[in-house]
This record gives sequence, structure tokens and C-alpha cells, in this order.
Amino acid sequence: MASEVASSSPNQEALREALSGANLQRSRRVRNGAASVAMVVAFLMAAIPLAIMGASVVSKGIGVVLTADWWTKPIPADVGRADLAGNEDLGNLGFGDAADTTDKSVDLGMQPAIVGTLLTVLGASALAIPIGVLGAVYLNEYGRQNRPARFIRFMTDVMVGVPSVVMGVFIYSIWVVARGTDGKSAFAAALALACLMLPIVVRSTEEMLRLVPNSLREASAALGTRRVGTTLRVVLPAALPGITSGALLAVARAAGETAPVVFTIGIVFSTNLSFTGQNTTLSAQIYSQIQNGGSLATSLAWGSAVTLVAMVISLTLAARAISRRLVNK
Amino acid sequence: MTIDQGIAGMTTQADPTETSSSAELTPEAQPREMVFDVADLSVFYGSYRAVRDVNFKVLRNEITSFIGPSGCGKSTVLRCFNRMNDLVDGPRVEGSLRYHGVDLYGETVNPVEVRRRIGMVFQKPNPFPKSIFENVAYGPRIGGIRKKAELDDIVERSLRRAALWDEVKDRLGNSAMGMSGGQQQRLCIARAIAVDPEVILMDEPCSALDPIATARVEDLMREIKSDYTILIVTHNMQQAARVSDATAFYSTEVNPDSDVRTGLLVEFDRTEKIFANPGDERTENYITGRFG
Repeated sequence: MASEVASSSPNQEALREALSGANLQRSRRVRNGAASVAMVVAFLMAAIPLAIMGASVVSKGIGVVLTADWWTKPIPADVGRADLAGNEDLGNLGFGDAADTTDKSVDLGMQPAIVGTLLTVLGASALAIPIGVLGAVYLNEYGRQNRPARFIRFMTDVMVGVPSVVMGVFIYSIWVVARGTDGKSAFAAALALACLMLPIVVRSTEEMLRLVPNSLREASAALGTRRVGTTLRVVLPAALPGITSGALLAVARAAGETAPVVFTIGIVFSTNLSFTGQNTTLSAQIYSQIQNGGSLATSLAWGSAVTLVAMVISLTLAARAISRRLVNK
Repeated sequence: MTIDQGIAGMTTQADPTETSSSAELTPEAQPREMVFDVADLSVFYGSYRAVRDVNFKVLRNEITSFIGPSGCGKSTVLRCFNRMNDLVDGPRVEGSLRYHGVDLYGETVNPVEVRRRIGMVFQKPNPFPKSIFENVAYGPRIGGIRKKAELDDIVERSLRRAALWDEVKDRLGNSAMGMSGGQQQRLCIARAIAVDPEVILMDEPCSALDPIATARVEDLMREIKSDYTILIVTHNMQQAARVSDATAFYSTEVNPDSDVRTGLLVEFDRTEKIFANPGDERTENYITGRFG
């Protein structure tokens, strides 16, 4: 019987020819090639500016950041005069008489802004993450598709799209103005950043809660657990890694925001560890130092930029590490 | 060893009718307590009646199986027994479903309390992403037991009852997600047992398991029925014949005008009667494989 089975089809050559794709229409091959080229070009257009930006920020800012002064010293208030003092030409032209100090080397420190950034972001997280997680629990575990839940979900989506400067103006008008000279503080900035973070936390947490399989909720309910117990003991623990990584991304976003902060935080040159009283952040420093102008102020701004980027990247990496743990589970 | 147990279990089940027929010989001498009395139960989704005409009684310490083609409402009816349907946008239930005489759908009935007494094991093993110990201790903890020694005792007892203790006693702290499917399902049974329910509902508990794991779960069911009353939905008729004392056969009926399918209870009787001498032609067609 077996010998009657042909070892190869008579049309084998034709089949080989067909499978090789040599007969593909020419136009199809051209279109395929063009699409590949277009995709590579698009990728380069996206990647190259990013790489250039990263390289230029790091190369201009890394110098000051890698000094001990940067992390420990107050922000030099007189960078302008130091600049002038350092510039002999300007000094000779008479601009330097106010800066007759011979101390050309000010300490380029940024500790107040680093502390201020941590303080405001911490405050904003303490406000936004608990409220956001609870809100998401309401949306996904209780409200589901009812009217209030759908309304809140819609408004949250709208809030995600609101420009951050609006959050700054909002807190400025209802909090800063009302409190007069005491109004600007790390707390006010934290409020503005919390407004920004809240919708992000709500939506990312809700997505994570939605990923928790319903079978776990059923298993818990079948053991005679109330919904509160199921949520606290099963759903939230199961979603915790994802919630954490979503919250960290919101934190990273808030850390980089400038507009809500410049309205609400004021300015300070020495470290202020309190939520009250004016303060400053890295993003606010980038903004104001660039406006100051001069080479020293500019290098302060670049240094702040590198520090901020490093902080945000650390948070993003932490978020990714945590979500990877979720996947491996 | 696991296979030995499985085979041992299969040989002991060689005569599936033995226990139930002896029970039937002495129904008057030892009247069994009735746990559930289902009368004219219908389940509606909106105005659509999904299941109708469900009438039967469940006796204490018996295994009652639900068989029938897909979509005939077996699981829907099963989920009425612990008000599990309430969790989703619940179907409406008409007729009466009495548990020791109390209507489970009465106005003063709290579903949470119902579920403490009537446990459930699901089609797909669904252990919590926690340790083996925490899975079993979950129910007792919810019930307010805090003492470690007491929890240890309950966990060991439940795992032993579910014939899982010897396999996991050295790794109670490991995640339950690392167990095999059969182990996970027995863990889910142990978890259900741990709250000491009176009734255990099983919704196709073996459909995701291989034959050996299935045999072990069936052994387990026979083993624990002295303490519990079990209702099981199964697609496997042999399984119903092997383990159950009473069988409910469900089928679907298509309304020729509207093309609406409705599930209904066709026949309820002792298992050996259903399989040996069914009273309804539809039952006979189904169990002999001639179901259209």
C-alpha cells in the first residue's frame, strides 16, 4: 500500500514556484516596499527629535547636577550679578558696579527646588491617590453603569483633557487669592497638582479594577462576603500592582507640570520643608531661570531639567517594574 | 499514589446505584430531611422567561445532579439556590424556592446570609491570588475568626476533607496559582467547606479537569456527602449517573412562532430511574444520545 503513495507531487515545481512569491504582482511588492519605508521614516521622525532633546538636556545640565553643591546648597539669588561680575567686558562697561564682589563663583545649588518638588508631589499624591482610588472603586464596584457613575466617568474624562494651567488658575482663584499674602505655598501647589492627578488616578485605577476577573468576586461572594469585604480583601489586593503603577505614572506627570505650580507656589531661595510658606519646584525653576537669562541662570535651568527628567524616568521605571510583577503573577 | 487513589475511587464506585437504592429501600424507616423544595420556579430576564416549570425536592445528604443540553438553564437555576444571580443585573424569580421551609427569595432574606449556609464551587477553578492557606482561611476570617490556632485547625481540617492536605501541607504559604487545575478545584472545595456550609452547589466542577482529577473530585463528593447536601450541574451524564442520588433533566423548548428558547425541567427522579427507565421520551432521547 505504502509504495503506491507518490513520494512527490508531479506539480511540485509549480508549487515551489507559487510559494516563492515570485509571481506576486509587481504593484503589490512596490506598495509593500513603500509602506515599509514610510514606517521607518515615521519612526525616525519620532525618535530622532527625542534623542536629540535627551542628549542636549543631559549634555547641558549634567555638569551642575553631578556636583555636591547641586543637592545641598540653596539656590543662588544673585545669579544675574554673579554673571555680570564674571563678565569682564560688562564690568568694564560699568554694569558691574553693583556686583563689585570678587566672588565670581556662586554655589550652584538647587536643593530648595528638589525638596519643594518632592514636597508638592508628595502632598498632591496624598490628596489625589486615596480619593482617586476610592472614586474608581465606586465607579467599578458599586456604580457600574448607573447614572451617577456614567456622569462621573464622563466628567473624569473631560478633566483628563483640561489644560493644566486651568487647574493652576482654579486653585489660584479659590485658594491663593482668598488667603492673601499667605496664599502661595507648597500646599496650594499640591492642591493644583492633585486636581491634575485625580482624573488620571481614577481612570487608571478603574481600568485595573476592571481587569480583576469576576470569578474572584463571585468566589468571595459565594463564601458569604459583603461587597465591602470582597473589595477590600480580594479586588483591591489583586489590582494593587496595577493601581500602584498607574498612580506612579500620575505622580510622574504631576512632577513635571509647570503651569499649575508657578501660579500657586511663589518663590524661595532657601530650603523650606513646610507645606506653608512660599516654596519652589524644579519645573518652576526651569521656567524662572530661563527668564532670568545669563549663563549661570541658564545652567541652573538645564540642571533642573536633567534632575526632573531623572526623577520622572525613575518613577516611570518603577511603574514598569511593578506592572511587570503584575504580569508575572 | 494519586493515581492509585483515583483508581481505588473508581473501583468503589463500580455500583453507583448501591447507596441510593438502599436509601430508597428504607425511605419510610428513615425519612430524610428535605432541604430544598422548589415549586413552579421560573426565571425571567426582563420579560423573557429563561426557565420555567422547575419542581423538585432536595433531600439532606444527597447529591442531586442537573443534566441537560447547553442553554437549558441548569446553571441559572443552580445560581438561584444561593442568590448568586443577584450579583449581576439579576434575573427575576417567580414561584417558590424554599430552604427548610423559608422562601429564599422572601423579602427579609439577606443573600449574604444565604451564601454563608449554601456554598458554591464554580466551573473554572477560581482560587484567590493568595497563598493556599489564605484561600482556605478566607471564609472563616470573613466570619470573624481571628485566632491563628483556630484558623490553622480549620485549614487543616478543610484540606484533609478535600483530600488535598497531604499534597500541600508543606507548602501552605505558596501561591494557589501555582497548583494544577485539579488541585485548584479541590482547593476551591476546601475553601467552600471551610465556612461549614450545609449545602454545596457545584457548577460543572469537573469540566476543566482531566479524567484523573475528575475521578478524585467525584470521590471527594461521595466522601463528603455524609456531611453536606450537594447540587451539581454537569454536562457529563456518566458523572451524574456515577455520583448522584437524584437527577433533574432539563431541556429547551423553542417556540415555533417567536423562535424564543425556554429552558424547562423535563423530569426529576431518582438517578437510577432516570438512567434505567426514564419516564419521558425527551429524557430517553438525551441519555441515549439521540437528542436533536
